[in-house]
Amino acid sequence: MPLTQILEHARGRLERLGNRVTSHVWRLGFASRFLFYMVVHSGTALRRFRLTVAEIYFAGVLSLIIIMVSGLFVGMVLALQGYETLQRFGASESLGVLVALSLVRELGPVVAGLLFASRAGSAITAEIGLMKATEQISAMEMMAVDPIARVVAPRFWGGVISMPLLAALFSALGIFGGYLVGVQLIGVDAGAFWSQMQAAVDLRNDILNGVIKSVVFGIAVTWIAVFEGYDAVPTAEGVSRATTRTVVTSSLAILALDFVLTALMFTGGNSA
Amino acid sequence: MNRATIDLWVGIFVVIGIGALLFLALKVGNLATFSAGETYNVEARFVNIGGVKVRAPVKSAGVVVGRVADIRFDNETFEAIVSINLDSHYQFPRDSTAKVLTSGILGEQYIGLEAGGDGVMLKNRDRIRLTQSAVVLENLISQFLFNKAAEGKDEKK
Repeated sequence: MPLTQILEHARGRLERLGNRVTSHVWRLGFASRFLFYMVVHSGTALRRFRLTVAEIYFAGVLSLIIIMVSGLFVGMVLALQGYETLQRFGASESLGVLVALSLVRELGPVVAGLLFASRAGSAITAEIGLMKATEQISAMEMMAVDPIARVVAPRFWGGVISMPLLAALFSALGIFGGYLVGVQLIGVDAGAFWSQMQAAVDLRNDILNGVIKSVVFGIAVTWIAVFEGYDAVPTAEGVSRATTRTVVTSSLAILALDFVLTALMFTGGNSA
Repeated sequence: MNRATIDLWVGIFVVIGIGALLFLALKVGNLATFSAGETYNVEARFVNIGGVKVRAPVKSAGVVVGRVADIRFDNETFEAIVSINLDSHYQFPRDSTAKVLTSGILGEQYIGLEAGGDGVMLKNRDRIRLTQSAVVLENLISQFLFNKAAEGKDEKK
C-alpha cells in the first residue's frame, strides 16, 4: 500500500474520532444551555402550578407502587443477608444499623433513582419525543407558546419534586421490611434493633446527605429525560432510541454521581 | 382522570413522602434521642484521647448527656483540648472527672463523666480539671511484658 493511502486512511479515522468528540461536546453544551433556559423560563410552571401538579402525578404517584414494593423487598433481603453475616460475630443486634445506614445513605437514593429513571424518565422522553414527532411542539411555537415553558419545565419540576419523596419512601419502606424480617421473622430484639439504629444514624451526616443525593439524582434524571425527548429525532425510531438513551445515560449518571457525592460526603475526616 | 382526583393523589403522595422523611428523621435518626436543645460548653484536657471523634457521645452513668463539639491540639502543653457541649438539663459538680472510655471491647470510644462532690456546678466555658486519658493497648502490653520480665529477674536471684 502506498504511503499516501495509509496517511489518507489515518486522516479519515482521526477525522471521525474528532467529529465524534466535538459532537458529544456540542451536545453537552446544548444540554447545559437547555437546562439554563428551562430554569430561567420555569416561571410558568411555578405560577400555573397545576401544570406541575399533573406532572407530579405522572412521575411520582404512578411510580409509588414500584418504589414501595421494591423498597420493601430490598429491605427484607438486606435483613436476611445482613443477619447471616452479623450473627457470626455475635452482632445480630446491629442489624437495624446495617439496614438503616445502607438504605438511607446508598440504596434508597440510588435504587429509587434507577427505578425512577426507567419508570418515569423513559415516559417523559417518550412523551416529549412523540409530541415533537407529531409536530405538537412546532404547533405551539406557531401559536407563540414557548414549548419549553409550557411542556418541558413542568415535567422537569414534577420530576425534581417527586424524586426525593420517592427515595424517602423507598428508605422508609426498606427499613420497615428489614424490621419485618429481622424482628418478626428471625427474632432480633426489637428494642435493640431500633435503639442501635437511632444511635448510629445521624440526622445531618446520613439522612440529610441521603436527601441531597436524591435531589441531585432527581435533577440529573429529569434533565436527561426532558433533554433527550426534546432533542429526539422526530421519527418513531428516533423516539425509541431517545427513550433507550434516557434510561442508559441516566442510570450511568446516577451511579457516577453517587460515587462523586459519596466521596465528597462520607470521607470528610470525622464523619465516619 | 379529572383534576380533583389528580390533586387528591398528588396530595396523598406528598403527605406520605413527607411522612417517610419524618419517619427517617424521628424514628431512624437520632433527632428524638438527643435534640439540639439548650447546651453549655465545657473544656477538658487529655494527654491522649484515643479514638474519640467530634460528635462522639458524652455519657454519665451510661446516659448520653452531651456530645463532643470540637477537638484541638495545644501546641504548648502537647495535650488534646476537647470541647464538650452538655445538655443544660444536666448539671455536674465542678470536680467531676472526664474519662475516655470504650463501649464494649471493640465498640466506639466515648467520654464518660463521673460526678464529683463539689457543691459548685460547672458553668459555660468552665474547664474539667480531672481527666483520665485513653488506654493505649500497646502501652498496656509493653508495661505488662516489662513487669513480667522484671518478675523473671527477681526469681532468678
